[in-house]
Amino acid sequence: MNAIATDAVVPVLEARRLTLDYETERGTVRAVDEVDFSVAEGERLVLLGPSGCGKSSILKAAAGFLRPASGTLHLRGREIGGPGPDRIVVFQEFDQLLPWKTVLGNVTFPLRVARGLTRKEAEERARHALDRVGLARVLHQFPHTLSGGMKQRTAIARALATDPEILLMDEPFAALDALTRLKMQQDLIEIADELKITLLFVTHAIDEAVLIGSRLHLLSAHPGRTIASFDTSGLGAADIGSARFERVTRDVHALLFDRRAAA
Amino acid sequence: MTDAILRQGEAEEAARAPASAARRIGWRVWLLRSLAVRRLIVLLALAAIWEIAARVQANPIMLPSFAETARAFIEASLHEGLVWSALGSIWVLLKGYLAAILIATVIVSLAVSNSFLRDTLQTLAAMLNPLPAIALLPLAMLWFGLGEKSLLFVLINAVVWPFALAALQGFESVPETHRLVGRNYGLSGMAYVRHILIPSALPSIISGLRIGWAFAWRTLIAAELVFGVSSSSGGLGWFIFKSRNELFTDRVFAGLAAVILIGLLVEAVIFRGLESATVRRWGVLK
Repeated sequence: MNAIATDAVVPVLEARRLTLDYETERGTVRAVDEVDFSVAEGERLVLLGPSGCGKSSILKAAAGFLRPASGTLHLRGREIGGPGPDRIVVFQEFDQLLPWKTVLGNVTFPLRVARGLTRKEAEERARHALDRVGLARVLHQFPHTLSGGMKQRTAIARALATDPEILLMDEPFAALDALTRLKMQQDLIEIADELKITLLFVTHAIDEAVLIGSRLHLLSAHPGRTIASFDTSGLGAADIGSARFERVTRDVHALLFDRRAAA
Repeated sequence: MTDAILRQGEAEEAARAPASAARRIGWRVWLLRSLAVRRLIVLLALAAIWEIAARVQANPIMLPSFAETARAFIEASLHEGLVWSALGSIWVLLKGYLAAILIATVIVSLAVSNSFLRDTLQTLAAMLNPLPAIALLPLAMLWFGLGEKSLLFVLINAVVWPFALAALQGFESVPETHRLVGRNYGLSGMAYVRHILIPSALPSIISGLRIGWAFAWRTLIAAELVFGVSSSSGGLGWFIFKSRNELFTDRVFAGLAAVILIGLLVEAVIFRGLESATVRRWGVLK
């Protein structure tokens, strides 16, 4: 479980005493307080906590949209200085797809502007990625004609095609209906396993966290502090409803919500 | 007996073909609901009322009939320089419109990058908004004399402010997610503006172009009415003014019709076309 710590290999993403502030009208508010975590190659780390625990802020900092107030964030040993296509974000909002581009255009766009591929190369890669998420039939449609699930699939295909060091997902399935969400979660796990994707995933849903993560990082709210780190690597889609899955879910729930009562 | 059979046959037919009946009704309703058909009906009714009113009045100097006006329109287009007047107006309009768009682009880029300049722009636009651009014509004539320069001055003034405001509002309402997506791919500077900001703000930009065009066209015709005196080419406004002075009332109507037709044509072909090719196709038209 602690193989990462002893391993000499540099982690893909590493936060050390990471502290994040944000400005409000009434002054500076601390969102995240001295949080440590690291994500190893091929690992799926889920940041889990109630709203206000700063999990989205951490993801924004990892993407380079937000500068740490103190502490450090390193991507493969280099300090993160700003946004870049080596960390692609999949947002919760459906309008992350650019409405003026077709599905194919949305996926080729970062390949053209950030990776500098030719149109032909970009389209080939985009088609492959879209095929992988099951969208081969809607290549030339505009996003407004797609369902919410298809939009999120397109966003995932766009991230996959760009081949980032780490994929950052900010509650990507939160706005979907329950059935679509489950299907998307299962597909994501399958793709992540197959392509050995390194993933940082933010959610407030415990079952989603247990399902998707190979490790959970639990955060408390106001400000976000580390509560515990949980290994859930053995649990997959097949375990939903099993006694073990339920037990882990209950343990996580207890850690997150009964902490004050227990203390 | 035959009656009963007939009725039975009707009932059977009705039961068998409800779908085709619905389609027949649907086709008529569709025709009535279609905008083009409705407009045609209104236009025909107007022409009929006009024709009747003119014949009752029986005074072509006060009110020429629709038929006379139509004849005058064709006549004036062929022999009296209506087409040249219209082209003259459009040429001046294009010069002023393009200059105004360029000026507004510079103003908006400054306003977007600096919050003080943005407030300045908003204050200026709010000040000049209730002022019809044509009201500046006397001043323009004082400063620039009788001629194209004065026309261009009021034209540019009519277009710059509404367009700049609409474009600024468009840039400011670009969704945060679009901005983050652009930054995520490492876009910055002109690439960011070109790939993210402009397409995302396009609905507002097109609507600004459209408002600017409408203001420009009205202002120009009004300005030409005031001092067609000096400009040799005249323009449509001057054509209308001149025809009235010579009591060719049917040509006045022909000139007005030309103003309306050109206005509608630009709206329907250029702006509708631009919208259909972009924001309508993308499903982002508000």
